[in-house]
Amino acid sequence: MNEKKFMNPYLAGFFLGLILLATIYITGRGLGASGAVKSVYTVVVESVFPGYTSNALYYQEYGKEHPGNPLKNWLVFEVIGVIIGAFISGLISNRLKLILEHSPKSTVKVRIAGALIGGLLFGFGAQLGRGCTSGAALSGMAVLSTGGLITMAAIFGGAYLFAYFFRKMWI
Amino acid sequence: MGPLVPEVIGNELNFIVALFIGIAFGFILEQAGFSTSKKLVGLFYGYDFTVLRVFFTAGVTAMIGVIALDHWGLLDMSLVYVNPTFLWSAIVGGLIMGLGFVVGGFCPGTSVCAAAIGKIDAMIFIGGSFLGVMIFAEGYPLFEHLYMSDAWGNVKVFESLGMSQSLFAFLLTVIAVGAFWATTFVEKKVNGELNPEFNHKKLYYSLTAIAVVIAISAFALPDRKENLLNKVNDEKFITSNEVKLMTTDELAFRIIDDDKNIQIFDLRAKKDFDSLNLPKSNNYTLESLFEKDANKLLSLKNKKNVFIADDEQTARKGAVLALKLGFTDIYVLQGGMEQFKKDIIYFKIPGIANTQSEKDTYRFRTKASNVIPMLIQENKEKHKSSGENKTKRVVGGC
Repeated sequence: MNEKKFMNPYLAGFFLGLILLATIYITGRGLGASGAVKSVYTVVVESVFPGYTSNALYYQEYGKEHPGNPLKNWLVFEVIGVIIGAFISGLISNRLKLILEHSPKSTVKVRIAGALIGGLLFGFGAQLGRGCTSGAALSGMAVLSTGGLITMAAIFGGAYLFAYFFRKMWI
Repeated sequence: MGPLVPEVIGNELNFIVALFIGIAFGFILEQAGFSTSKKLVGLFYGYDFTVLRVFFTAGVTAMIGVIALDHWGLLDMSLVYVNPTFLWSAIVGGLIMGLGFVVGGFCPGTSVCAAAIGKIDAMIFIGGSFLGVMIFAEGYPLFEHLYMSDAWGNVKVFESLGMSQSLFAFLLTVIAVGAFWATTFVEKKVNGELNPEFNHKKLYYSLTAIAVVIAISAFALPDRKENLLNKVNDEKFITSNEVKLMTTDELAFRIIDDDKNIQIFDLRAKKDFDSLNLPKSNNYTLESLFEKDANKLLSLKNKKNVFIADDEQTARKGAVLALKLGFTDIYVLQGGMEQFKKDIIYFKIPGIANTQSEKDTYRFRTKASNVIPMLIQENKEKHKSSGENKTKRVVGGC
């Protein structure tokens, strides 16, 4: 069987908006993603270097905001859900395939390097900008947060700004 | 009244809610095609604007929904997390994320989604984002200055721009629809053909029509909160609304009697409230009556809700407001707190009682003037030990 077509983008956006609205109504907070990486990272550091996290300034500030086990965090549960939900969607639409996707104009090596460096930049930027496309831009837009909308403009503005220099990787 | 956490849904159950919300979120992201970097970066090279359509539609839908829930008093916005604004970290962080987007082809949410269906490049991207977090965490002292500079607090964008919420929401919706329209031409130019997804015209028109209707109805309606506040500040409106009165003696009696069914809503200034407050009373402003704390108390059944203020007129404002918000069993302290102080707390017998009822009144008030200050003192000490019990804004964000 062939892969199913993607959902109509406006319909998908409408559903996504309703999910975000329900999230805000139920929990009083928005969606997110990058925060879960931070939680998992904190746990990894603590288990590899016990006691280290209680000394460094960054972890202290993190601990103040999120008391208790870092894995017992709303976003960690949400991201586990994202994995399950995306897997189900891939399953019913015949899109489950272990594959390293890259543009025909580019190579596997370039794609691996790009994904790694891009991930690094995004991970770093999301920490500095207090949230990523989900947590800052999308959720920020829903509650009309000034910071969220500035971050959104900077993400997409930045991407357009730099897109030209990396066009060979994609087109 | 939302948010449902933590009263209706406990903090533990909230994690299960998070799981289910995540499932829905991941499912929709994948269905929308966010599980392939080709589709995601299409936005930046003009060949596929799916991301823009999904993202803007979702943002506008949620924004209008939030405004509507707030408008109808179903969501207490003072408890909803509003991402704080730190100007420079938002700009620099955003630009770095933008660079990461075109280099890596994903953002964190979409990379998780893509990895879940087997995209190895997405898994590498996630690995990279761990490194990014690590660099930030270990180098935090280096970035702290930038991270913390220009803190504006949890400001809302329409406040920053000095316009009304409705106007901003309307403009953003117009921009979104304009972008949907314009990008189809860009796509056509870049790809040389119309996006085949544009064949379900009926669906678009009907969805747009629904959105326009919701948007117009939300924006055309005057802000309920402002509207009500304006109304209750109009004396004519107040006098045209009947409210039940409670005499100072009755209130004093109920306080002494330790009546479990009265709740006192004290509208005096915080400083006056702090220096002298009655048992079973909480301090509110006309504004905070719209919030969840007041809402919770006022919706309790079989309670007498007594509004007090320095004078009766101000208490009436709160009482009428509560009535207009749909609450019942609302009373106003006759003569206000000034009268209550004169009649009860600092009561002095004005002269010899002539009638039996005057005699009874004087006897009661003399007794009350001894007991009530004691109860006030007791209550003060109890409050001190229990601390403030106000519902707090949740901490959200990434």
